[in-house]
Amino acid sequence: MIGLILPAADFVAPKIEYTELMPMLVVFGAACVGVIAEAFLPRALRHVAQLAITVVAILAAGVLTGLLINDNKELIAAQGAIAVDGPALFTWMILLALTLISVLLFAERSLDGGLSAFASQAAAVPGSEAEREGTAARIEHTEIFPLTLFAVGGMMLFASANDLLVLFVALEVFSLPLYLLCGLARRRRLISQEAAMKYFLLGAFASAFLLFGIALLYGYAGTMSLGGIADTLGKNTGGETILLAGTGLVGVGLLFKVGAVPFHNWTPDVYQGAPTPVTGFMAACTKIAAFIGLMRVFYVALGGTRWDWAPMMWVVAILTMVVGSIVAITQTDVKRMLAYSSIAHAGFLLTAFVGLAQAGSGVHNGITSTQAVLFYLVSYGFSTIGAFAVITLVRDASGEATHLSRWAGLGKKSPLLAGIFAFFLLSFAGIPLTAGFTGKWAVFSAAWSGGAWPLVVVAVLSSLVAAFFYVRVIVLMFFSDLPADAPDVALPGWQTTTAVALGLAATVVLGLVPGPVLDLAARAGEFIR
Amino acid sequence: MKIGWLTLLLLLPLVGALGTMAVPKAKALLSKQVALGFSLVTLVLTAIVAVGYHQNGAEKYNETHTWIKAFGANYALGLDGVGIILVVLTALLTPIVIIASWNDADGGRWSSKSFFAWILVLEALSIGVFSATDVFLFYVLFEATLIPMYFLIGGFGGPQRSYAAVKFLLYSLLGGLLMLASVVGLYVLSARAGDPSYLLTDLIKLDISQNTERWLFLGFFFAFAVKAPMVPFHTWLPDAAGEATPGTSVLLVGILDKIGTFGMIRFCLGLFPEASKWATPVVLVLALISVLYGALVAIGQTDIKRLIAYTSISHFGFIVMGIFALTSQGLTGSTLYMFNHGLSTAALFLVAGYLISRRGSARIADYGGVEKVAPVLAGTFLFAGLSSLALPGLSPFISEFMVIAGTFSNHKVIAVIAVFGIVLAALYILLMYQRTMTGPVREGIEKLKDLNKREILAIVPLVVLIIGLGIFPKPIVDIIKPAVESTMQRVGVTDKAPEIPVTEGQK
Repeated sequence: MIGLILPAADFVAPKIEYTELMPMLVVFGAACVGVIAEAFLPRALRHVAQLAITVVAILAAGVLTGLLINDNKELIAAQGAIAVDGPALFTWMILLALTLISVLLFAERSLDGGLSAFASQAAAVPGSEAEREGTAARIEHTEIFPLTLFAVGGMMLFASANDLLVLFVALEVFSLPLYLLCGLARRRRLISQEAAMKYFLLGAFASAFLLFGIALLYGYAGTMSLGGIADTLGKNTGGETILLAGTGLVGVGLLFKVGAVPFHNWTPDVYQGAPTPVTGFMAACTKIAAFIGLMRVFYVALGGTRWDWAPMMWVVAILTMVVGSIVAITQTDVKRMLAYSSIAHAGFLLTAFVGLAQAGSGVHNGITSTQAVLFYLVSYGFSTIGAFAVITLVRDASGEATHLSRWAGLGKKSPLLAGIFAFFLLSFAGIPLTAGFTGKWAVFSAAWSGGAWPLVVVAVLSSLVAAFFYVRVIVLMFFSDLPADAPDVALPGWQTTTAVALGLAATVVLGLVPGPVLDLAARAGEFIR
Repeated sequence: MKIGWLTLLLLLPLVGALGTMAVPKAKALLSKQVALGFSLVTLVLTAIVAVGYHQNGAEKYNETHTWIKAFGANYALGLDGVGIILVVLTALLTPIVIIASWNDADGGRWSSKSFFAWILVLEALSIGVFSATDVFLFYVLFEATLIPMYFLIGGFGGPQRSYAAVKFLLYSLLGGLLMLASVVGLYVLSARAGDPSYLLTDLIKLDISQNTERWLFLGFFFAFAVKAPMVPFHTWLPDAAGEATPGTSVLLVGILDKIGTFGMIRFCLGLFPEASKWATPVVLVLALISVLYGALVAIGQTDIKRLIAYTSISHFGFIVMGIFALTSQGLTGSTLYMFNHGLSTAALFLVAGYLISRRGSARIADYGGVEKVAPVLAGTFLFAGLSSLALPGLSPFISEFMVIAGTFSNHKVIAVIAVFGIVLAALYILLMYQRTMTGPVREGIEKLKDLNKREILAIVPLVVLIIGLGIFPKPIVDIIKPAVESTMQRVGVTDKAPEIPVTEGQK
């Protein structure tokens, strides 16, 4: 290799569309600033400073994204690496909004004796003297804020990646901070660390699948760009085996992040072990980014072979809905139950994805798959973060009381909190006049429009099973007796209050007047190449 | 923005529910008065609307506003003969139930004001369901009615109430979700034909292929059959009605279950006429089974409330039979039956509730000789029972006769077998009366108090209406008739024997 001399080519500076990429650059930039601040600011100032940096960065990025949406910007930026199109901008917007709410939850310090939900010293052995000292000294890991910014930046990149390599890089950029965040719980540190470990190992495994799939697709098409792969498909050059194997492996990698069966095994453990605010953040934002990434790859690059991969996705969608709903029934932990519920929701989303209802396909004037998925993700995201925020409030001496039996009679103790949680559950169950119903309706009609009506029938039956376990919690909260040692309902600080209120407001509004958001999702249009 | 009459009818009970909840806990009496006041004002307004409808027709009451454009969903309310009858029934039964249940929710786990607030919410949603002219709006309200009913059953009632509430909810959701699939299917068809719209007036113009129509019909029909309830989807009703308070049972059987039969007329016949004709044989047989099975099982019941629930299953069999007989007489009879069944079952449940609250047991075997101790109670019980078994001269007789006569002209065998349902009805009612009210006074019954003024006040309007409409049903039949005619026209059937006029025939 030493003697290899590259032919001298003129260096052409890559053209970067800074305006269009600014939201992402702001987030990444702020994350770097956060790292520096962490190193140089005195400990007492860090919490405030980091929170301010994060919130300002997210707001600024949100405003910039809003401007881009307003300008109807649609282009392939950064030499074909990133697609700044309607769905991408819409996804950025919801990611930023949901991250803002999550960051508020991260910053909550009034629930656990003035301490946040995160470990004081992640390196200290659980139960050791060092841990106690750290807690007593009120040390905090304020790194969670830059980590969150890196994660959300990676998610934004993932949702707009127009190139398989960028897709992979983005996947790692948002996954690594999440692995760390998962392991940082202050309470029940062992299962938190176990969750982080599991998530990391399984995530690495899935990344390997994705990478292998990318390699095969590159082998088939000779290009990494999604548009390029689509063009090669059109030329019918042979080598279908590699193409199909690549499609399958890329599918595995992406479906893992989505949390679809049979690649879902990490979800319950990680959701249960991670600090609850992080669980909410992951449940909402990871799902959003992963779904949009999945749709982009399969619609843009592999749209030409949809008849090859659609049957696989049908099977996955059915499995995901059925397994998610049925296994959720047996759960005894609120967070695990919501984890399986999130799996079932992934299944409902997959029905719209498989439905392939696209605008301008001639047979269809109604709702498109992209529109339905985007809307569903908005409604699901807000309800999910709201629900996990409620979970952080039900506590006893050992931290959050997440075992379902501990929730018995909560409606007696705190009718407001139990009522709000019941409302979120009704929304998850898809009862009309909640956001969940509108979302379900949208994905089902997109699925049916694309001819996937058997999926719709499976979906409504799974919804019934799902309704059972949601309703069971409502029964428990309202119709059971309050035990003597019932957990307390902590008085939330402004951060959690705001998060719950926003989640609730979104769930109500999207249930009653979903029109504006649906129109925005429609305006987002289709993925571009 | 001008608020339409129907929106007002819908909003008023909702405001009342909020008002009831706003009353401080210590003033339980005030919260009941607020709830009663709002339900009475709603009743008065409904009466005004009904009179206006009778005189000037339906146009004045139509409201249409775009709701969710992307879904083609509209906030569209309107009335037809079937709808107005059921709106009136809802508005009528709500204050009666509130008066009759005045003390039923006291001392329970939940404050009594939430009981009355949920009743008002249920009233509002039911009025909405009966007047929705947009399928999406109908579906939303149809499912939304489950929530107040769920809390009414689960929050107030017998020891097994939370089991009964969940069973009720899951059965209803099963039906509702299958209907959701059909509702989504309608949207897809509508979107393929042009701009999606859920308005009934737009949907009936759709050209649906035979196969699709049948599948969509099945989705809707299943939901309504669970709701109505028809055998074999009925098992939730005895549990729910047996565990709930009598007032809740009245609302459940008298109003909520009517959504099922109402939906069959408005949506199954209205949207899928061909499929309805196709399904007629099966539906009629199921209805017949409901009539006989409900009646037979009722005879064997040992629990008064469960017995009444099974009588309702039998009655709903008659209603469905009249609807799917596809004759104008049968349809008119069924619609009238919905109203009369609401009255007679309400009377039966409420008086049974009075009885049960005095003795603290719903077992028939715990009673005996009540008529010697509490003659007024026994008398109203007998009256309610007789109206339930369709004694000539009382209003249910007319509707039952019309249903059977209407069925007879198209399906003789089924009508003949169904007549046995009437015989069985006499059996289950009179046996129950005999066991509880006559004979020697049983232990624990000696000091049974007779009805007080409040309890009588709740029953009197029902008694008056049952007798009045039994003698002179013309006003209601006049309101129903145009709606029935347009439904018949839509389905494309005509009566076989038009020489028998519908209204004059039976009197």
